[in-house]
Amino acid sequence: MRNGAKLYAVDPRRTSSAQWADTWLGIDVGSDIALANAMGREIIASGLVNRAFVERATTGFEEYKAKVERYTLAEGERLTGAPAAVIRQMAHDYARADRAEICWTLGITEHHNAVDNVLAIINLSLLTGHVGRYGSGLNPLRGQNNVQGGGDMGAIPNKYPGFQDVEDAEVRARFERAWKVTLPPKYGWHLSEMFEAMERGDLRTVYIIGENPCQSEADMKRAVGLMERLDHIVVQDLFMTRTAAMAHVVLPAAAAWCEAEGTVTSSERRVQRVRKALDPPGEARDDLDILCDLAARLGHDWGHPTAEEIWNEVRSLSPMHAGMSYRRLEEMNGLHWPCYDETHPGEQFLHARLWEEPCRGPKAPLVPVEFEPAVDELTGEYPIRLTTGRRLDSFNTGVQTSGYSSPLRRGETLDLAPEDGGQYGVDEGEVVRVTSRRGSILAPVRYDTGLRPGLAFMTLHFPDDVATNLLTIDATDPKSGTAEFKATAIRIEKIKEPALAGAGLKG
Amino acid sequence: MDLHIGKARATLAERRAVDAVLGPPASGWEGGRRRSGADARTARAGREARARRHLLLPALHAAQGRAGWISAGALNYICQRLTVPPAEAYGVASFYGMFSLERRAPAVAHVCDDIVCRLKGAEPLCAGMERAMGPAGGGARKDATWLRSPCLGLCERAPAVLIAHAGEAPRETVLAPATASEVIEALKPPTAAGPSETTAAPQAKIPQYGEPGLRLLCRVDRVDPTNLDDYRAHGGYLALRRAIELGPDAIVREVLDSKLVGRGGAAFPTGRKWEAVLKAGARPHYLVCNADESEPGTFKDRVLMESDPFALIEAMTIAGYATACERGYLYVRGEYPLAAERLSHAIGMARAKGLLGENVMDHGFRFDIEIRRGAGAYICGEETALFNSIEGYRGEPRNKPPFPTTHGLFGKPTVVNNVETLVNVLDIVLEAGHAYAAIGTPGSTGTKLFCVSGHVERPGIYEVPFGTTLREMLARAGGVPGGRRLKAVLLGGAAGTFVTPEEIDVPLTFEGTRAIGAALGSGVVVAFDETADLWDTVLRIAAFFRDESCGQCVPCRVGTVRQEEALHRLARARGAGRAAGEAALLDEIGQAMRDASICGLGQTAASAVATAVAKLGLLDGGGA
Repeated sequence: MRNGAKLYAVDPRRTSSAQWADTWLGIDVGSDIALANAMGREIIASGLVNRAFVERATTGFEEYKAKVERYTLAEGERLTGAPAAVIRQMAHDYARADRAEICWTLGITEHHNAVDNVLAIINLSLLTGHVGRYGSGLNPLRGQNNVQGGGDMGAIPNKYPGFQDVEDAEVRARFERAWKVTLPPKYGWHLSEMFEAMERGDLRTVYIIGENPCQSEADMKRAVGLMERLDHIVVQDLFMTRTAAMAHVVLPAAAAWCEAEGTVTSSERRVQRVRKALDPPGEARDDLDILCDLAARLGHDWGHPTAEEIWNEVRSLSPMHAGMSYRRLEEMNGLHWPCYDETHPGEQFLHARLWEEPCRGPKAPLVPVEFEPAVDELTGEYPIRLTTGRRLDSFNTGVQTSGYSSPLRRGETLDLAPEDGGQYGVDEGEVVRVTSRRGSILAPVRYDTGLRPGLAFMTLHFPDDVATNLLTIDATDPKSGTAEFKATAIRIEKIKEPALAGAGLKG
Repeated sequence: MDLHIGKARATLAERRAVDAVLGPPASGWEGGRRRSGADARTARAGREARARRHLLLPALHAAQGRAGWISAGALNYICQRLTVPPAEAYGVASFYGMFSLERRAPAVAHVCDDIVCRLKGAEPLCAGMERAMGPAGGGARKDATWLRSPCLGLCERAPAVLIAHAGEAPRETVLAPATASEVIEALKPPTAAGPSETTAAPQAKIPQYGEPGLRLLCRVDRVDPTNLDDYRAHGGYLALRRAIELGPDAIVREVLDSKLVGRGGAAFPTGRKWEAVLKAGARPHYLVCNADESEPGTFKDRVLMESDPFALIEAMTIAGYATACERGYLYVRGEYPLAAERLSHAIGMARAKGLLGENVMDHGFRFDIEIRRGAGAYICGEETALFNSIEGYRGEPRNKPPFPTTHGLFGKPTVVNNVETLVNVLDIVLEAGHAYAAIGTPGSTGTKLFCVSGHVERPGIYEVPFGTTLREMLARAGGVPGGRRLKAVLLGGAAGTFVTPEEIDVPLTFEGTRAIGAALGSGVVVAFDETADLWDTVLRIAAFFRDESCGQCVPCRVGTVRQEEALHRLARARGAGRAAGEAALLDEIGQAMRDASICGLGQTAASAVATAVAKLGLLDGGGA
């Protein structure tokens, strides 16, 4: 940005990042598709489509064009709340830019229509050709150092390592040969489906590694209730989390970033080496040791392979990791996947094939999607839109950050526009009752000029003090399994007992 | 940028003063009233906000001028208006001597106690101020206070005082020579908006008034400095017309032929600078006139700006045309209110007559000038520090290279010239470079302005061809008064060198002074007679550099302090005891500052001290 890049920030709140932007658009929570479609229509209507790219490398343009026709700038303004002129300017700047990229985080994915949100954005990059070239592209920014690696390694219910499909018989046969076992031929359950299975009584035992679902799940009351009914819970974690406290067995784990060998993969698909610096304290053990011992107890003697031996197995089964020996990772300061053999330098960016002459592989489809409002409707009874998110110095449910102090930390608050404070007669610091269709909590009010009237904000960093997820809705995207943490309808009420309003926090 | 603004709020008066500079706020995000509609949905910042950073210094001036100090609330408001982090704005505001971040009375007398004024009774004047108003900077009175100040550039009329009245219409005036009772009278609230200059008696004309053959001073005290027609009646704007006939390449050739070198102190060939910028590919080009004349003992540029402002405006227009600049910045030191006022008026007149603006002289080229006022920082006379100051940053020098001709103001190719240098260009254009080169000596062409002050009969500004000896120079100024003996001459100001009475036959040329280990610098000639206490002068010089070091680089930040400490120890001992050890320490400190400082301030901070020790026998009791 200091070198002159232009930044647009789209966010219901004017966040710190939004303050750095050349232009900020404060759209309504959950109106991302309306915005993207209005931009797409404007790009088409103004003749700014990259025709050469669309014709050679994409499919479905005519259908897309027809579907977005109704998303005029005026309609975009009506659905998102952002001024039509600013939407137009953003569409034009994006389409005219020599290079442009779109980055996003959970504001796009924590919705009941998360995948559609992403598709709407992909459509824009395909319309303009801002993909598959240096400096362009689509960039979902990860919240942790190894979110990407988790998915890459197959820690998802439908893929083996290297994003190879579980239901592809040929792929499955290869893994069965290597592992000398029979593998289930169908996709597994994702997290939301697991809770549904608990509800039906189909899932009775869970083994949880490094996750704190009893505080991180939307509609927390329901989640905890379902977990309480389980026959057996095993938790493997660094910390004695709330979930660990519920478990029948707790396996203390080593810290992967300093007490174990291995690799992590960053947002830019770069696989990097992690080296062990310390022995884990007390009874804590490396995840690998725990898993191997557990396998032995279950009748499978895996021995005690080193991290490098396991990594070499990954390389033998996942073609996109094949070229990444530990030696090369060390020499080259990490490598981007795909990296097919030991002479391959790794791909700096994906989808370059779309620009090859002729376009190699399948064309990229434009998939039209329609705007649907958030599930948790705003009504007279629940008039305020609550959205959730993170603050700079805290991480998710606070498991990893509540253990140390920070000069920025100020505890949980219900952030409101100052105008709303006036309308509801609540002062800064005053504890109020916050109620959604699922639950009710107490939280102190904080004014934030980055919010507009009718929009409120809370984090989920302090679940022991203020259990924000008692309010959130578990309306889940059927395609990704992600809940709509970002859009809850609430009301706020002054509380009757003055003593409580002054001091109490516990909900 | 995400700003974390404190709770302090600006007063309505402060907000209005800042808005008068910046215009009304465009949105609630910029410190205006929060608008429920548009402000909830969109905001502009980023590059647009960063591009306004250069307005920081003018905005700080506005707040200081309104209230007499920059309150936390005013600073917060400015930060919100310009999207500048408060810590950075504080760093900038606290950089400048004329700004106060603590509550200060609305009327302030800045009493000069620098080298020349000390010779002319600055200390008795300060003592008088102290008797009447309490110690400097003290809060004995709510309505007025007084402060000691470095050189105000009024050395020919020492002792000098600058008086600043804050308020709706801030006013700055100078008193020189001043008495304590006159200063106290001038600190009373002004009755009506009058001219800046409140000197009781009409100012004396320059010593060379009426002398034939003056080039740079030919119009000084002869034309009305507020009247463009009068300027034109005395040959004004003929040079610009001629320049347009020549075209940029030919102008640069004439300036190269003239062998004109910079008069600010560094003596770099002007034509080479111009040629480099004219040819630089990056756009836009900028012209900067360095009118931050702060070298103690220097006042020549002030006289030119106050008495012949149109000449500078015309010369800048020629320079801009010759180097393909469309915008010129005229950075005037904060202590020169009358110069800033006259120049501002001259720019307005020139614009009205089409001599600046979109279509200069109907010739289709665009050029305009913006005045920026410094705020009391000697270091801003260093060209790259000056760029930072204009850009809204602390006035700290940059490392060179890259040089201004490629990476100057806002990182663009920039011509930066001193006032006197630019005014020379008028004659060069009118009479051709080779004719100009015939004046002076082969190594130092043209005429030079000298600021003669201290113990001489007729202090003032003198124009002589290069080659005149220092002895002739002193004689022109009437010599040492009262038949007293000359003890020393300080050549080049605080950053210059002392010259002994035995050396005064030195020709005042770049090569001549170099031969005796001295330098012309900005043309300062301060005479000290046998009554002068050179220890007092040397200690003041050391204090000056300690105070004015910007603190960016270690050799200068630490060296200037250590130098002053060593001198104080020596001054207390005066000849007795450890002199040899302290002298070796001074030498070592001076060497480190010369070798390792980023800019000329540190590189010359030991120069006057070293020559006082080496040539005047300061340590052997020779100074007293």
